[in-house]
Amino acid sequence: MNKKKTSIMSKVKRNHLAFLLIFSLFSVFHSLQAQDAPANDFGISTDPAVIANGEKLFKANCTSCHAVDKKVIGPALQNVWERVPEPQLEWIYAFVKNSTKVISSGDEYAVNLYNEYNKTQMTSFGSLKNSDIDAILAYVNSYVPPAPEVAVTPGPGDDTSKAGVDSTYVTTVMIILVVVLLLILVVLGLMVNILTKVLKDKEDLEEADAEVVNQKFDLGKFFKSNGVVGMMVFIIVALGMKAGIDGLFTVGVQQNYQPKQPIAFSHKIHAGQYEIDCQYCHTGVRKAKSANIPSANICMNCHSAIKTESPEIQKIYAAIDYNPETLEYGNNTKPIEWVRVHNLPDLAYFNHSQHVQVGGLECETCHGEIKEMEVVYQYSPLTMGWCINCHRETNVNTKGNGYYNKLVELHEDNNGKTPMKVEDIGGLECSKCHY
Amino acid sequence: MKKTNKVYWKGLEQLTNDVEFVKNADKEFPDALPISEEEAPNRRDFLKMMGFGIAAASLVACEAPIRKAIPYVKKPVDVDPAIPNYYATSYLTGNDYNALVVKTREGRPIKVEGNSYAEFNGGATTAQSEASVLSLYDQQRLKGPQIDQKEASWSDIDGQVSSALSSARKVTLVSYSVFSPSTQAAINELKNRYTAFEHVMYDPNSSHGALSANEATFNKRALPSYDYSKAKTIVSVGADFLGAHYSHAANNKQFVQTRKLGGGKKTMSRLYAFESNLSLTGANADYRTRIRPSEEASYVANLYNMIAAKTGGTQVSAGSIANKTNLTKAANDLLRSKGESIVVAGSNDKNVQILVNAINSLLGNYGNTMDINKSVNLRKGNDAQMNRLVDNMKNKSAGAVIFFNCNPVYDHARGAEIASAIAGLPATISTSDRADETSSLVKYNAPDHHYLESWNDFEPVSGTYSFSQPTISNIFDTRQAQESFLVWSGSETSSYYDYLRNRWSAHSNVADFANFQSFFDDCLYKGVLVDYSAPEEAAVFNYDVSGVNVSKAKTSGIELAIYESGTLGVGFQGNNPWLHEMSDPITKACWDNYITVSAEWADANGIKLGYMKSRLANLTVGGTTVKVPVLVQPGQAEGTIGLSLGYGRTKAGKVGDGVGVNAYPFIKYVNGANHLNVADVTVTLTDEEYKVAQTQTAETYAGRTFVVQESILKNYQQDEYAGRHQVKITDASGEKKSPNAVTLWSGHSYNNHHWGMAIDLNSCTGCGSCTIACQVENNIPVVGKDQIINGRSMAWLRIDRYYSFDDNRIDEETGFFDALDIKEQAAANPEVVFQPMMCQQCNNAPCETVCPVAATTHSSEGLNQMTYNRCIGTRYCANNCPYKVRRFNWFKFHDNKQFDKNTAMNNNLGKMVLNPDVTVRARGVMEKCSFCVQRVQAGKLQAKKENRRPVDGEIVSACASSCPTDALVFGDMNDPQSKISKLLKIKREEKMVEAQEPRAFHALEELRVMPNVWYMTKIRNKDEESNKEAHA
Repeated sequence: MNKKKTSIMSKVKRNHLAFLLIFSLFSVFHSLQAQDAPANDFGISTDPAVIANGEKLFKANCTSCHAVDKKVIGPALQNVWERVPEPQLEWIYAFVKNSTKVISSGDEYAVNLYNEYNKTQMTSFGSLKNSDIDAILAYVNSYVPPAPEVAVTPGPGDDTSKAGVDSTYVTTVMIILVVVLLLILVVLGLMVNILTKVLKDKEDLEEADAEVVNQKFDLGKFFKSNGVVGMMVFIIVALGMKAGIDGLFTVGVQQNYQPKQPIAFSHKIHAGQYEIDCQYCHTGVRKAKSANIPSANICMNCHSAIKTESPEIQKIYAAIDYNPETLEYGNNTKPIEWVRVHNLPDLAYFNHSQHVQVGGLECETCHGEIKEMEVVYQYSPLTMGWCINCHRETNVNTKGNGYYNKLVELHEDNNGKTPMKVEDIGGLECSKCHY
Repeated sequence: MKKTNKVYWKGLEQLTNDVEFVKNADKEFPDALPISEEEAPNRRDFLKMMGFGIAAASLVACEAPIRKAIPYVKKPVDVDPAIPNYYATSYLTGNDYNALVVKTREGRPIKVEGNSYAEFNGGATTAQSEASVLSLYDQQRLKGPQIDQKEASWSDIDGQVSSALSSARKVTLVSYSVFSPSTQAAINELKNRYTAFEHVMYDPNSSHGALSANEATFNKRALPSYDYSKAKTIVSVGADFLGAHYSHAANNKQFVQTRKLGGGKKTMSRLYAFESNLSLTGANADYRTRIRPSEEASYVANLYNMIAAKTGGTQVSAGSIANKTNLTKAANDLLRSKGESIVVAGSNDKNVQILVNAINSLLGNYGNTMDINKSVNLRKGNDAQMNRLVDNMKNKSAGAVIFFNCNPVYDHARGAEIASAIAGLPATISTSDRADETSSLVKYNAPDHHYLESWNDFEPVSGTYSFSQPTISNIFDTRQAQESFLVWSGSETSSYYDYLRNRWSAHSNVADFANFQSFFDDCLYKGVLVDYSAPEEAAVFNYDVSGVNVSKAKTSGIELAIYESGTLGVGFQGNNPWLHEMSDPITKACWDNYITVSAEWADANGIKLGYMKSRLANLTVGGTTVKVPVLVQPGQAEGTIGLSLGYGRTKAGKVGDGVGVNAYPFIKYVNGANHLNVADVTVTLTDEEYKVAQTQTAETYAGRTFVVQESILKNYQQDEYAGRHQVKITDASGEKKSPNAVTLWSGHSYNNHHWGMAIDLNSCTGCGSCTIACQVENNIPVVGKDQIINGRSMAWLRIDRYYSFDDNRIDEETGFFDALDIKEQAAANPEVVFQPMMCQQCNNAPCETVCPVAATTHSSEGLNQMTYNRCIGTRYCANNCPYKVRRFNWFKFHDNKQFDKNTAMNNNLGKMVLNPDVTVRARGVMEKCSFCVQRVQAGKLQAKKENRRPVDGEIVSACASSCPTDALVFGDMNDPQSKISKLLKIKREEKMVEAQEPRAFHALEELRVMPNVWYMTKIRNKDEESNKEAHA
């Protein structure tokens, strides 16, 4: 058993070395190529528009498994067209669109690749057109690796170095101010004391002055006076009621709810550091009501090879009944019971695809800086007021959507150029969310 | 416009102006209602509860409950949470068949729709098929195989059954009609394995008479396929082809095509009905004649003689009939529409059916409106064989008996004899899904899958195949019966799926596809395969009818006409609460069966039945007496009573047991066939009072007329506005105007969509599939018999059934008829009109203005929105609704053991059927039809995602989509190309929508609430408006 494990490990290491070597060679090569770019034999475009499109496609489809200059789950893509068998571009098209087919056709290179990557199959991208793949290649070709950074992961201390006023500085200033003010108060008190004493010694005081000087301030009487008692009662009752009403408004509001999850999954690592697109795991977000908590088999796409030793990953293996040694799946699966973070009441209907696909909203708009969250918490209050406010303020994403053409026209006829808000097309109506 | 004297009434109690009815008419509920659930709480309890409630509420508020989210471990490729998947399949329960598309959510079937690819019984659903999804989640199903009613393993069963079958002298398999080719093949495997093997088919409501007649006249034991859409004249003698019938979905669809008007079409078919009980066919007939069941034969014989006299056929001996007016009229119409007519009879008498065949043959209907070569295979049962089998079981010569999904102890006339004979048989095996009347007596229970868990193929009509595919993996440890047969026969393939595929791999159409898999995929995608070619040698009518003698001695006693229930059918889904609570299309009663008696009989026996009140009677047939409630039924033939099948189950399950009485034992075996008509029964009233729950009398329109508008074809041909009551109001200047011209309201502008519905009263036959479709789609609770009696039905969509007749003899002062007229005219044989009634989504909604918390508001798409979470339950809206379509949740119907018959909400298995897109309502809130807003929203979203406008027909409410006759049309009235806009000829002015179609009207138009639901007048194809049946 151990033997097998070491062999896998050594294989991985070997691959790493090989890729480092290739990578360094390529990066040298690349810098040369970048200068006299157009002259490549594969007709890879250098048109910035194509490259920009390619970048978009690359980020949407490829980043979860590939990087340009390093091996992730799949191989680094730099100059991939030079490695693959001839006719290279055709081979790439075929492989991207249906890798299974190429592998099962017995293509030597493909089979080697498949075995080399622990028999992890590349997802088929049947929807990508050849021109799309060309664009992706154009992007890969144009890719300039970012300046080498020593610390790839920002440490926890890095947060404070961000723009804005340093909070400790503010606190220090505040403390100094308070101390100074207190000192002034003490000094003033002393002065009053001394002056009274001096005046008391004098006997030729006028009656009014004497009264002031001899006046004894009766604290007890002051506090027992009707005015003060009334005021105090009023303040207490008012504060109590305010707290009560505020409290009632928060009944059921779970903002900042951050439950402990059965597996210490970090969005910060996956979405932040590795920039895996949200949709890679949350597959339903553009097509369905629920965004979907990914099924364990999605985790396995990467974690069949990555961090296999981690105790957290072992929990996934236990759930999906996967044996990392024999690389086999069993039938004794136990679903992972995640704790639901965002709990909308049953009476409210919310559909992700309406907001993300049709409305064009970013996930972060409602879910906050997910990329920074080690453990996910509820960023928004998810109250009806919060929904309604957004529907009042948000412009409808009508661009290029035939559904809205007539509505926009009518809206412009009636309201001129003011943009059409969700509210204007019935976004505040009860039956849009409650049925 | 001609003044109409039409009077509409809902029940006899209204017509006779019954004291109790009048008293209740103004009330929302009949009595001071008990709302206590167990014991009335006192003041102290109230304070305790309040105190506890506040403490509990504050405690609950402190910490939110932890909710789990459990994703798939390995997500199936095709299943996405919250996205429905649709699979074509076929509904089969007992021998009830319908081609369907099943909607599943996260792998659970939750709703069925008609399969539009299927020509026969497709494109629409029936109440029974709609309700069948709940039967899947029935807790009373057997959880696994049993030996001697004790849990066993499949291997034990297989071992013991195989040896028991081998050692038996003979093996008999009993089933309902089998019309699945692969199932038949699997049965044949058994036949090949066990040499002495017999397969006996029977049907609870048999067509043996017609089958035998066709065997005699065409030498083909099969039922012809009908095409009612080609018929101009239809005559039914006791055949309820629109109601409880094996192909009523298809029949309704075809029949109504001949009844549609508009778009230049001004002709209609004419339907004559001669019957005893008021059936759906009779209710939709233009001319209905009340006859006694024993007269059916002579009516058919007389009709034959009339036709034969003009077409050169030989005369037969026919008994005299009292009144020939309508029959002569029918004969003349038939002769005028030769080759374009249909004559059907319900009788199970072979000779009667031979004469019917002869009539259709003389009229040249075969090959035109009827096709015996392309037969309908849904009924194959042989009464004589079954009867012999019962004898054989009694004398122990039947050998080992396999009851294949049938329940003869309950649904056969000799059920009691079978029950006692079972113990004496060497081996008895049942594949029933539950421990029912039969299977609770047998030795081996090998429960079959539900149809939604099964693979199967069917041949409902020759050359037309349809398929079943599982839409969920089996919930319990059941096994498909066909697979059991394969195992017991020792066949090579023991998987029925493989077996079925193998059989289809030889099909000639496979050659048209790339490979077998793509052929099979195509079959499953469409759910149907049509491969019909007419046989080279067509069957022709060849029979000498001169010797046929059907004349019978007239009986004088009371005759019993047993009929198939319009809701439960013959009782296959006896444990389905949706079907129990569905009100009968005619009587509007639910949760019971009863004998229907004529008004004459009621009068003679001195019963005056008021508001749902009834009395029990002793019904004696042969030597058996049962106690059964009496219901006075207008239209019931004098001297006859009706009693429906499907009730009186004892082992159906918690819901169905003990509801009603079992009518099967009364079925009489005469001349080799089971007859539903039984002569000489006695009915004696008892003094016991009893309440039959009826839904319709609970609502009243407070004397407002013109809810229904109708006319006759002749008048319509002259004036398309015939029958329309065009309301005019007088304004300050004294000028008469349409009510729409005067208004306080500013109206609504609909920029985006404007949803509306058109309901053609001429197309609605009253079958009620829409009501169940609505119940399934919208998570509507079942409230049970007691609450129906209290007037607390929760149905969002009901079908109002009005009786009517017109006569000028109305007392000018009182507005009522005198008692004589009521008896002789109105109650004897009224006309019937069905009106589906749901929230009318008024533009000037009376409910919206009275809600103190704005829980019901108007949307920018024309919907009247109901917001449950805002409702505080004042019920002002319901009081102010002129249509009485709002429903109040008097109780918590879910998770409440007092409503355990509401199985869809009271156990975890049943809850799987709930539509996850619709809220389950809490106690104390109002609810009503939402125009299926969840479907509207889903349809709009789909369009938005595809950057386009919704296509007409893409967004359809559940009721409209289930309707076999397209009587309900739902759509966007803002889209000029939509079906509804064209049908109603929608004209749109500034904030005003008008239907220019002459037949379109609003119910209670004079109230000017401006509904978004339009009705279209009912037109009857009668010569004269008055309906004077010359009845002896």
